[in-house]
Amino acid sequence: MGFASFLGRRAVHSVFVLLGLSILIFIIARIMPGDPARMAVGARAPQWVVDNLREQMHLNDPLYVQYVYWLRDAMRGDFGISLVTRRPVADDIREFFPATLELALFAGIINGAGGIILGAVSAWQKDKWVDNVVRIVSYLGVVTPSFVFAILFLLLFGMALDWMPTMGRLSADISKPPLITGLLTVDSLLAGDFRAFFDALWHLILPGVALALGGMSQEARITRSTMSDNLTKDYIAAERSLGIPGSVIMRSFLLKPSLIPTVSILGLDFAATLGNAFLVELIFVWPGLSRYGINAMLRKDLNAISAVILVLGVVFIITNIAVDIVVARLDPRIQLGAGRSE
Amino acid sequence: MENDRLLDIRDLHVVFDVFGGTLKVLDGVDFTVRSGEKVGLVGETGCGKTTTMKAVLRVLPMPPARVTGGEILFKGRDILQMTSRELGQVRGEGMAMIFQDPTAALNPVFTIGKQLEAAVKYSASGDKRLSGKEIRQRAVEALKEVALPDPERLLKNYPFQLSGGMRQRVCIAMAVAGDRELIIADEPGTSLDVSIQDQILRLLRRLAEEINTSVILITHTLGVVREIADRVYVMYAGNMVEMAPTKELFSRPLHPYTVGLMAAVPKLTGGGIADGIPGRIPDYLNPPVGCRFHPRCERAMPVCRTDKPRFVKVSEDHEVACFLYSQEEEGT
Amino acid sequence: MVSAKVLGSAQRSENLRRSWYKFSRNRLSLIGLFTVSLVVFLAVFAPVVAPYPQHASAFVDFENASRPPCRTYPFGTDVVGRDIMSRIFFGFRFSLMMGVVVLSLVVPPGVILGLVAGYYQGTWVDTVIMRTTDIFLAVPPLVLALAIASVLTPNLFNAMLAVSLMWWPWYCRLVYGLASTLRHEFFVASAETIGASRFHILFREILPNCISPIFTKMSLDMGWVILIGSSLSFVGLGVQPPRPGLGTMVADGSKYLPDQWWIAVFPALAIVLVVLGFNLLGDGLRDMLGAEEV
Repeated sequence: MGFASFLGRRAVHSVFVLLGLSILIFIIARIMPGDPARMAVGARAPQWVVDNLREQMHLNDPLYVQYVYWLRDAMRGDFGISLVTRRPVADDIREFFPATLELALFAGIINGAGGIILGAVSAWQKDKWVDNVVRIVSYLGVVTPSFVFAILFLLLFGMALDWMPTMGRLSADISKPPLITGLLTVDSLLAGDFRAFFDALWHLILPGVALALGGMSQEARITRSTMSDNLTKDYIAAERSLGIPGSVIMRSFLLKPSLIPTVSILGLDFAATLGNAFLVELIFVWPGLSRYGINAMLRKDLNAISAVILVLGVVFIITNIAVDIVVARLDPRIQLGAGRSE
Repeated sequence: MENDRLLDIRDLHVVFDVFGGTLKVLDGVDFTVRSGEKVGLVGETGCGKTTTMKAVLRVLPMPPARVTGGEILFKGRDILQMTSRELGQVRGEGMAMIFQDPTAALNPVFTIGKQLEAAVKYSASGDKRLSGKEIRQRAVEALKEVALPDPERLLKNYPFQLSGGMRQRVCIAMAVAGDRELIIADEPGTSLDVSIQDQILRLLRRLAEEINTSVILITHTLGVVREIADRVYVMYAGNMVEMAPTKELFSRPLHPYTVGLMAAVPKLTGGGIADGIPGRIPDYLNPPVGCRFHPRCERAMPVCRTDKPRFVKVSEDHEVACFLYSQEEEGT
Repeated sequence: MVSAKVLGSAQRSENLRRSWYKFSRNRLSLIGLFTVSLVVFLAVFAPVVAPYPQHASAFVDFENASRPPCRTYPFGTDVVGRDIMSRIFFGFRFSLMMGVVVLSLVVPPGVILGLVAGYYQGTWVDTVIMRTTDIFLAVPPLVLALAIASVLTPNLFNAMLAVSLMWWPWYCRLVYGLASTLRHEFFVASAETIGASRFHILFREILPNCISPIFTKMSLDMGWVILIGSSLSFVGLGVQPPRPGLGTMVADGSKYLPDQWWIAVFPALAIVLVVLGFNLLGDGLRDMLGAEEV
């Protein structure tokens, strides 16, 4: 019961946050100097075209009325026409979003699994050479921008060694699997096309790892510090004193309480991943939403910018709810509605 | 006499490395427990009682702690030299510790059942490959033993769902669950309120009578010791200063510190004994040379400032580390 | 968290010594301090220490274009013959400026809002402020900064503005957490009892006890702001050429990979160096000040 109401509150809260976010996006879209209608039709269009469009876009109404129109359309999935592609923004998003989702999920998996394993090993081998190596590497991982990783990978594995593909999602000689989820690895598996699957996976590796390294390092550091902190707790001493073998304590008693902070931070790391995807997709010519978004930003394509931010906001909020659920599963105090006060 | 010693700590030295130097916390501790014996360990907060016992279980955080000398023999084998495998076996079959703070001593994210069952599984009676059902049965019995109601349901609860007193009882149940040879109880209940504390101590007393396990009871409350212990050690600033059978200690305390403790008894309700004996426990960074108690001792002599007193037998089972008595003995 | 206002000078020097011991016990903190000092030094004295200060702006020397690292050009030259090392030294200036300006724009409002929300925890003031931070935190930070920077004219100042707009909620959160616990402390209650003004309680009682975590976070954030600033520059929304932004230089250089790798790689390493330095320093400060909240 406690958990259900916790989730309910979380959902209501998310709706308000989204509403607030839409206002924020609307404000950002309107602080741009210049006339959106003029920008849409170009500098050479006659004035009457601009005037017509202004009327059509409700630009002559007060700001709050404009917002309500904008929100109404957005909720219908109508974000207007992209100035760059000259197509409905919603269609663009439908086309580009799965690529970004696939990349971000792939990075997220490496990030979470890798970070937890490295952190746990490091804590277990505290102050031994393994620990020192993990600590140094994860420090460097945290402070290196993902676009630097991307460029170094591109240079090293893509160009100098020529091992990996450096652009796109699929090799030119491989036909796309039938569209089901839009995630090429999943779709090719569903279609039983293993060649396409491995090719898609192969293409994911460089951008995925470049994107994941920062978060993975962060997770490794947090896991290590919580775990080595928990190792000094009385309950671990008590479990030791009862003769429970070290490996059993590690596996069955230490891992679960130590993962709570790690998982809590995964949501934030995922946000960072989505943000960094903007640069990494650009470098690896990944046909995703982020590359679409960055191009929209560079050309001041307001409709596309607004939609991209809103979509990413929704993804981020969903991620956070998922993270909350996992944390609650790990921590009975939350799941059973006792709060975290203890 | 030597053979029935279950635990024998000899000249144990433990230091902590901290900012500005090394805390010389345990300075040559001698301590023995015979099988089946209930031993009390008394002293002010901070005198090294818990450190000694954590050293026995080898659960001292190292670093900052370091053992710089001595040995801890459990059934004749030195715990300090054991591999982690041997250690696990000794801990599981041999001993268990009840920690001061039951909230900290229970893993917050697992059910009581999971923790209690692990305690049973790795205990002396547990290595005969018990089935899950048997383990569960023993866990239930252990909870009944500590007078907790509705044990079956309790096993499914998480620590945060229990009261402090119940948590303490669960900790005790974990310690008594597996027929271990030695139970170390570190001031159980001190973090709870007084009436619950009282219940816990009564429970401990009953358990101590019922089982023939050896028990070390750490406390700063002399009244409790009087009721439970056969023999008492008095500890001051990292040294054992006196050891005697309980009755004898109360009727004929010898060490000036013990005498002071006895005088302070009526005031001994949680606040420590600071008002019984003037002064405070010394600084472990630069402990007094000679007898560590001499700055607070009314009967200090010149020799106390230079030499460290050793344990001296004054009667069959009564030993004291004080020059007042060693001189007497030399005289006779 | 003892707010002892009257400390003897002996006590103070003892505290300093103790702090320095804690800080210097970790060799990494010292490396951080050294790195940050070095970067600050190079940035401040760039016109003096850079071998070719004139290369920091528009400058062309096709004779020496695209030279790999050599004795005259330790980090090589770019495609128009500018010394990469000199440009990196000047690039540090923009990076540090970015960090300093953003933090000074962000910390005061963030801290004040956090204090107020924390002190009035549970009231509508709390709700309004903290829900607003939720909205800002609902978008990946880099995305929001990119969006804001993109709708404005792309330049360094607007990049700073964009980063600031999405950064204040973090300070608000941090101080909120601290203030909402501190307001239950006895010294706050006693100040309330004797009728101290709200202003006094917020700024003289609660704020001084939040200083260590704020300070620690600022040190760490210098690194993060510089990192995000370099990301903005990388896509062309920050420092504008011909000025030598580190991110801008990486972006330019990446066009000439892999043959002229040095054009991109050295500025990239410079970014890593700065961010690493501030992080090590911040971690050292956290240990020293005991600010685990950050």
